[in-house]
Amino acid sequence: MPTTRIPPRQRLTLPLLLAALLAGIMALAYFEVIDLYIQTIILFIGINIIISSSLNLVNGHMGEFSCGHAGFVAVGAYVSSVITVALFTSDRVFGPPLLPPQLAPLGFPLALLAGGAAAAVAGLLVALPSFRTRGDYLAIITIAANYIIITTVINIDTIGGARGFMGMKRVIFAMEEVAEIPWMVLWVFTFTILSLIAIRRFVSSTYGKGIIAIQQDEVAAEMMGVNTNRIKLVAFMLSSGLAGIAGGLYAHVIGYVNPKSFDILKSTEAMVMVYLGGMGSISGAVLSAILFTLLLEALRPLQIIKWIVIPLLLIILMQFRPEGIMGNRELTDIFPRLKKLHRFK
Amino acid sequence: MTVLHIDGLTMHFSGLSALEGFNTRLADGGLTALIGPNGAGKTTVFNLVSGFYQPTAGSISFLDRPLAGLKPHQVTARGIARTFQNIRLWKDMTVLDNLRLARHHRLGYGITDVFRRGGRYRRGEDGIEAEAMELLETFKLTAAAYERPKNLPYGVQRKVELARALISRPRLLLLDEPAAGLTSRDVVELIDLIRWIHETFRLTIWMIEHQMKVVMNLCSRITVIDFGRIIAEGTPEEIRNDPEVIRAYLGDDKL
Repeated sequence: MPTTRIPPRQRLTLPLLLAALLAGIMALAYFEVIDLYIQTIILFIGINIIISSSLNLVNGHMGEFSCGHAGFVAVGAYVSSVITVALFTSDRVFGPPLLPPQLAPLGFPLALLAGGAAAAVAGLLVALPSFRTRGDYLAIITIAANYIIITTVINIDTIGGARGFMGMKRVIFAMEEVAEIPWMVLWVFTFTILSLIAIRRFVSSTYGKGIIAIQQDEVAAEMMGVNTNRIKLVAFMLSSGLAGIAGGLYAHVIGYVNPKSFDILKSTEAMVMVYLGGMGSISGAVLSAILFTLLLEALRPLQIIKWIVIPLLLIILMQFRPEGIMGNRELTDIFPRLKKLHRFK
Repeated sequence: MTVLHIDGLTMHFSGLSALEGFNTRLADGGLTALIGPNGAGKTTVFNLVSGFYQPTAGSISFLDRPLAGLKPHQVTARGIARTFQNIRLWKDMTVLDNLRLARHHRLGYGITDVFRRGGRYRRGEDGIEAEAMELLETFKLTAAAYERPKNLPYGVQRKVELARALISRPRLLLLDEPAAGLTSRDVVELIDLIRWIHETFRLTIWMIEHQMKVVMNLCSRITVIDFGRIIAEGTPEEIRNDPEVIRAYLGDDKL
C-alpha cells in the first residue's frame, strides 16, 4: 500500500530477535533449566511449523487438496535416517560407520537435505497426476500416494519393515562427542527458519504467485501465460521436499521411526493445522502449528479421548470460523506495526 | 500481411459439431468482428485460437507459424492475448498483481533466483512492476493498483482485464464480448477505449460482440457465423443489408 513506505535498508531487528531466541533456548537446554520433555515439545513445534506451512503451500496458496502429506514426511524421515545411521554409526544392518563419526555435525544437515530431495522426487507421485486431475480426484490420488509410500516402507526389510527403524540416537551421540551442545535445537530451529524463508520468498515472487493465480482461476492463469503445469510441479516438489526435511528432523528427535507414525492420521493432523491457521497464510500456519502442538500435549492426559476432542474442535472451528484463525491474511496485515521489525521481501 | 490465417477449422465435441470448416484471414492492424446468435460457435473459435481446445480438423497459423499443439501459455508467449466474456480476473489479488502475473511467461529470472534474490531477480521484478504501473497509468487506473478486483465496479474490472491482456505485449488481441454487462454510458466509453488501444498499441483486434453499436462503430470487417458455419463476411454496410444475416441474427424490423 502506498501509505506504508518500505524503508530502503534491510532491518536487522527480526534476525537479531530470532538469533536471541535460538541462543536463549539452547542456553536453557544446555544448563538443563528446561527438561527433555519441554525440549521435545519445543522441537515438535518447529517440526510442525515446517509441516503445516509446507502443506499450506499446496492446500492454501494453490487451492489443491492434498491429504497425504505424511507420506512425504516419511520419505524424508527414512532417507535421512538411513544415510546418517549408515555413515556415522556402527549399525547391525549397515555395519561400521562409513565415515568418521566426528563428521556427523557436518553430515547431518546434508543428510536432511538429501531426505528433502528424495521427498521432493516422491512428490512427483502427486505432481504429475495434477496436470490432468484436480479437486476431489487429486485428493484421492494424494491418499493413494500416502499409502504407496507407507506400504513400500513396510515391505523393505533392510530398514526394519513394519517394525520400524532406529539408531538415530547414536547419530546425536556422535554429534555430542564433537561438541556438547543441544544439537537438535540448533538444527530444528535453523531448518524451520530456512523453510519459512523459502516459502515466503516463493509466494511473494511473481513466479510463485502463479500458484495463487491457479487457486483463483486456473483457466485464466494458463490463458494469460502462466505455465500452470510447470508451476504446479515446482510447488508440489517444494511442498513435499520441505515435508521431507521435517521428517528427517522428526526421526532424529524421536530416535525411532515406524511406518505407522506416517499414516493418514498424521496427514490429518497436518491438514487440521492448515485449516486451523487459515488457508494461504504463512503466519497462520506458524501460529496454528504452535497452538496445535501445545494442545496435543495439554490433552495428553485424556489419552485416546483426545482423538474425540480434537476432531470436535475442528467441527466447531468449521462451523464458526471456517476461514481459520488468520483467514488468508498475514500477521503484518493485522498488526501493520510489525512491519517495522523487518522488511519482508 | 496476414496476422492470423485460419483454414478449415472444425471442432466436434463428442459427436456434436460446434464449428465446421471455418476460414478467415485477419489483416495486420485490422479491427474485425465475429458475430452470430448464441451458441453459433464464436467463443469456440477464440478457444481454439488461444489453444484451450485442439481442433478436430483444420489449421491456425499466426504470423505464418502454425499454432497446432501449443498450450495456451505458449500461444500467449507467441503474441496472442485475450479477454473473457465473463471477466476472469484473479479477483482476490491486487490489480497490480493481476498485471504482473500476466507477464509470467517473460519474467527475466528463473526459479533459483526466486530463492537467491540476487540482482537478476530484483531487476526482473522491478521491470515488471514499472511496466505494470505505467500501463495502469495510461489506463487511468493508478488509484486502483492496490485494490482487489472483487471490490471494483464492473466497468472498471473490464478495463483492468484489458490492461492485463495488453501487458503481455500481444500482436493480436481477442476480445470476447467486451461490452457484455456494461451500462450504455460505459459502452460509449468502451468504444473510445478500444479505438484508443487499437491506435496506441498498433495491434490487430478481433472481437466477439452482440451490441451492434460497438461492432458498427469500430470494425471495418465483420464475419457472421451460425450453427458453426460462416454465413456472411464483409464490410459493416454489406452485413447490415445481407438478407441471410437479417434472417439468422439481426432480425427484420418489419416483422
